[in-house]
Amino acid sequence: MTSIFKSRNIVIGLILLAILFPFITQNEYFLHVMTLAFIWMIAVYGLNLLAGYTGYLSLAHAGFFAIGAYAFGLLTVKAGLGFWSAFIIAPMITTAVGFLIGLIALRTKEHFFAIYTLCVGYIIYLLVDKWEGLTGGVRGLIGIPAPSNIGPVNLSTPLAQYYFVFAILLLVILVIYRLIHSLTGRTFIAIRNSEDLALSLGISTTKNKLLSFVLSTFFAGIAGTLYACFIRFIGPDIGNINITFDLLTYMIVGGIGTLSGPIVGTLLIVWLSQNLQFLQDYRMLIFGPLLTLMVIFSPGGISGLFSQWYAKRNLKKSAKFTKAEEQV
Amino acid sequence: MILETKQLTKQFGGLFAVKDVDFTIEKGKINAIIGPNGAGKSTFFNLVSGLYRPTAGQVIFKGRDISSLSANKVAKLGVARTFQTTNLFEQASVFDNVVVGHRLRTKSTLFDSIFRTRRLKREEEQCKEKAIQVLQFVGLNHAVDQRVANISQEEKKRVAFALALATDPEIVFLDEPTAGINPDETAELSELIEKMAEKGLTICLIEHKMQMIMNLAEQIMVLNYGEKIAQGPPDEINRNEEVIKAYLGGSTSA
Repeated sequence: MTSIFKSRNIVIGLILLAILFPFITQNEYFLHVMTLAFIWMIAVYGLNLLAGYTGYLSLAHAGFFAIGAYAFGLLTVKAGLGFWSAFIIAPMITTAVGFLIGLIALRTKEHFFAIYTLCVGYIIYLLVDKWEGLTGGVRGLIGIPAPSNIGPVNLSTPLAQYYFVFAILLLVILVIYRLIHSLTGRTFIAIRNSEDLALSLGISTTKNKLLSFVLSTFFAGIAGTLYACFIRFIGPDIGNINITFDLLTYMIVGGIGTLSGPIVGTLLIVWLSQNLQFLQDYRMLIFGPLLTLMVIFSPGGISGLFSQWYAKRNLKKSAKFTKAEEQV
Repeated sequence: MILETKQLTKQFGGLFAVKDVDFTIEKGKINAIIGPNGAGKSTFFNLVSGLYRPTAGQVIFKGRDISSLSANKVAKLGVARTFQTTNLFEQASVFDNVVVGHRLRTKSTLFDSIFRTRRLKREEEQCKEKAIQVLQFVGLNHAVDQRVANISQEEKKRVAFALALATDPEIVFLDEPTAGINPDETAELSELIEKMAEKGLTICLIEHKMQMIMNLAEQIMVLNYGEKIAQGPPDEINRNEEVIKAYLGGSTSA
């Protein structure tokens, strides 16, 4: 029981910290970096649901992120839709595309799935990059509106946007938390564990894999949409394969298939790369080995390492307890 | 007769893994399939449980042709199975591994999961109760909260049994349930299998341990090179010349 209260306290503490963060730093640039990190976290949660919990590593994630961003950009800039209607429709468009691609992609498995989605991601990038008539090509899309007011609340200041993105991140985490801790989550985990076993337990793997895929693209779509209205300029680079691998790094370092992994990994890498900016691209000399060491020594990432340590401690505790009991 | 195969055939390229097998499984009995390595026993299981589609022939379960159904639909009808390798999620607890076993009898959707509806809560409770119940049945009360990675091979087999039982099956196919465990534990697992049959379940198992099979099974089918070479009660199989030949090779006097 105490451990439940403990983890609840940690969660409340973290939320308070995030709420107070703007007042602690008083630095608008840091606020910008943090807001962006929150947006990446949402995308990483989507990736984690599919790769971490269902066992299907999609490398098209940046592609769906870009679809969300461009859908929002085009709906507002070219179609002249209002902010909120575009904000709702853009993730839905991403999800619809995700559904169609998932139908085909999920006919493959394991590394074939990864390679297939890698190609899909690249095709999406190429479409965005070369279809100048629609997307503006390398010139990108400018003039995307910032979030409009919710009633009297003004969402145009960086501070308001920080809280806006943070609120959506919390909502995403809540949804993921509930999913993972429900029968749906258990179903996904069963599929990751062994597809044959899941099938023989009466689970429709086709349906559940598609559900997980579509959900992951939905979260990528939300992240893309938020990115577009936060940065207000988008270029084809956001669909680049580099972004997919960034997201993948956040997830693996944080802990694949863990609930806290996306937060830990994203925060760590984003701030690390901020502080190492003087190294420019040589930063990769640090991240590369870090990632390799992580995969070798702690496949569960930092969160996995922590929970392993925690489980061991509990085991020792209970062993002590039973010993004491025996002596009595 | 609860399950029946008619002329069941599976061909991989030019190879017949299972060929024209007619087999009937009596309700409430312990049936066994034996045969040398590569005789097609596991393929037969995969055909019956819907993981493979037969090249020809039929699988009939309670009077219904299930040969074209997918594995998850077959499971829903009441056909459960275990695998040679246990396939459990090692990092999770025994309990968490088994809870999902009852998922096929629930109807909760994504919507229920996100909004924590009453139906989800009720069905989750139902799955958890089922898990406790089947874990008790297989004799794992003491290991419910342990991580699968920390329990013995024999206990893992019991978890696999529990998972199969959590699906509320009428017939259970056990693929080499005692592979890789010692004789004492084998005897204990045999008892568990008998207990399952006493409960009214129909059992069909693949096994290599002859002594165990002869004591346990009421009906045995022998496969060799994908074809059925004998079927009958243990003492009959024991005397069957063709079986002896298949197992020991060469002359019948062996």
